[in-house]
Amino acid sequence: MDKFVTLTSVAAPLPEADVDTDIIFPARFLLLLDKVGLGKHLFHERRHAPGGAATDFVLNTAPFDEAKILVADANFGSGSSREQAVWALSDFGIRCVIAPSFGEIFYSNCFKNGVLPIVLTGEAHRNAMSAAASGQLFVVDLERQTVTFPNGPATRFEIDPYRRRALMLGLDEIGGILAEDADDIAAFEIRHRASQPWLFLDDGRLDRLFDETEDQ
Amino acid sequence: MNALTLYDKVWRQHVVKDYYDGTSLLYIDRHLVQEVSSPQAFAGLVSEGRNLVRPAAHIAVADHAVPTRLRHMPLPDGLAARQVSRLQANCERFGVHYIGMNDNRHGIVHVIGPELGFTLPGLTLVCGDSHTSTHGAFGAIAFGIGASECECVFATQTLRQQKQKTMRVTLTGALQPGVAVKDIILALIARIGTNGGVGHAIEYAGPTIATLSMEARMTLCNMSIEAGSRVGMIAPDDVTIAYVRGRKLAPTAEQRDAAEAYWLSLATDADATFDREVELDVSALVPHVSWGTNPGETAPVSSIIPDPALETDLARRAKMERSLRYMALKPGMRLDEIAIDKVFIGSCTNGRIEDLRLAAQVVVGRQVASTVSGIVVPGSASVRLQAEAEGLDRVFTDAGFEWRDAGCSMCVAMNDDRLEPGDRCASTSNRNFEGRQGQGGRTHLMSPAMAAAAAIAGHLVDVRSLEALSNG
Ligand code: SF4
Repeated sequence: MDKFVTLTSVAAPLPEADVDTDIIFPARFLLLLDKVGLGKHLFHERRHAPGGAATDFVLNTAPFDEAKILVADANFGSGSSREQAVWALSDFGIRCVIAPSFGEIFYSNCFKNGVLPIVLTGEAHRNAMSAAASGQLFVVDLERQTVTFPNGPATRFEIDPYRRRALMLGLDEIGGILAEDADDIAAFEIRHRASQPWLFLDDGRLDRLFDETEDQ
Repeated sequence: MNALTLYDKVWRQHVVKDYYDGTSLLYIDRHLVQEVSSPQAFAGLVSEGRNLVRPAAHIAVADHAVPTRLRHMPLPDGLAARQVSRLQANCERFGVHYIGMNDNRHGIVHVIGPELGFTLPGLTLVCGDSHTSTHGAFGAIAFGIGASECECVFATQTLRQQKQKTMRVTLTGALQPGVAVKDIILALIARIGTNGGVGHAIEYAGPTIATLSMEARMTLCNMSIEAGSRVGMIAPDDVTIAYVRGRKLAPTAEQRDAAEAYWLSLATDADATFDREVELDVSALVPHVSWGTNPGETAPVSSIIPDPALETDLARRAKMERSLRYMALKPGMRLDEIAIDKVFIGSCTNGRIEDLRLAAQVVVGRQVASTVSGIVVPGSASVRLQAEAEGLDRVFTDAGFEWRDAGCSMCVAMNDDRLEPGDRCASTSNRNFEGRQGQGGRTHLMSPAMAAAAAIAGHLVDVRSLEALSNG
């Protein structure tokens, strides 16, 4: 995963609440099997008129077509768990989204892909939105946990220490668990199997179920 | 003694280790795998050369992309065919049991998990799908995850997670005839908002719960994610146990007593506290329908469309204006005068046998309006077979509905069933997002009985007033 330390870019303003992941990445493109190249379908309906021509949606408009930051509004990324929403944002070049609140699954998907979601509320969010709209250059510093733009003081944001470290080091979470926690998991499984044996279908019940043919 | 909630009790049983940084490594008992969120997760295993550690903890099924008619024919859409065959190939490679499209156990993941007894009380269950909250109806911690987390479960059988805060929704009173559990959840979301539950695991509790069937409880927990909560739970009781007994993957005869005693012990302790409490008296509740483009934009069917000008929060106002533009509706319009052209009865929210019975009761002896086309899509093959045994398919087809094979169908525009631009649909699904049922399509969410009534009337209508309509 790409490391995230600092980021300097204009920020695209999207002042609309409840932008769900169906808007960010429409369902029909979920039939694609890849992670890469999804940026062309990002906000597809917003960026393309019915005939296919480009609209004046913010991400189609210079300088925001090159923005690495998106300033969005409340409940951004709510709805479907599709990680394609994050893959599409990152493929488009967006590495940071600033909003007052996020859909939870989207928020956690961001961290798996080197994208930093920042929660700013109230005044701080309003300032960021207007700085974005006027095309100011944002500096996001994950080490110091600040967002800065010319017309205002540095704003501090909160982030879980673990997630911050994972982003800064570009950690491979699965590799980490396998390397460091495998013994704990094995020991847990033994205890768990003893206390709730019915949870373990390795006893052949699942195989037997699937041995029966049930074709219509 | 520390009093614990249902969520605390199940959580505590699954913590492999605490990292002391606000996160814990959580053991995941079971994983439902589908075609949309798994290809990239399997590809990750392959590219990193990793194993899938416990194949017996997973079952796989294709539900989103599959057609709901002509099942025995090759899939017409090349992309869908590729996605379904990729799932099957991945399952073969990694030893995961795969349920084929024409198998009697096929269906929407969230319908078949409980049917098979793969979903049980007290376990942790995940799926790369946000409506995994459905399974919380059994008193499980069940939540939707992204593809990267699916890969983590394949490779480690665990997830690094932060414990949620807790929120109790206490339901009191009895539902009036014609009012359904779907109305409870729509009214709740309208009240607390689509992000009202973010960061919280919801527990639905209170005297009303005991009166609800497992099907109704699943509808309730299913839409927790529409209130922003990944997790929605209900404590196991006799209704839960009666549902689970005899399911194919339920505990064996020797395990049963211990399992059931354990499940009943999971109920929230009397003096446990929640981070947030919400109460809802359902006895005064009336049928609800959505008017906008998220499930919180919902109102009683007898009311009018609200005016964005009265909304003081500017981003909210912009969102409402956009919703009304997309939905081609105006403030002040009566909801029960909105004409519709499509009806969809199905989905993981309302595609279970009880839902079809409720819709059929409204439809029996009546005709779908000439301006409307409607489809009824059972949530699983077993629901379809049960409905056919009860003659419900004939009730629907006699009235002019199409009767289909199981799948997600028109809940999500990923298969052949979708709205055309400008179509307006009365739908029993869970999301009315822009384009959710097809590019440019407009969705009104409601209960199965309300959708059936709209099909008959040709417009949104209070199912309780249908008796008064002439049915010429
Ligand atoms: S029925 Fe709809 S909400 Fe449920 S799993 Fe399928 S697409 Fe998702």
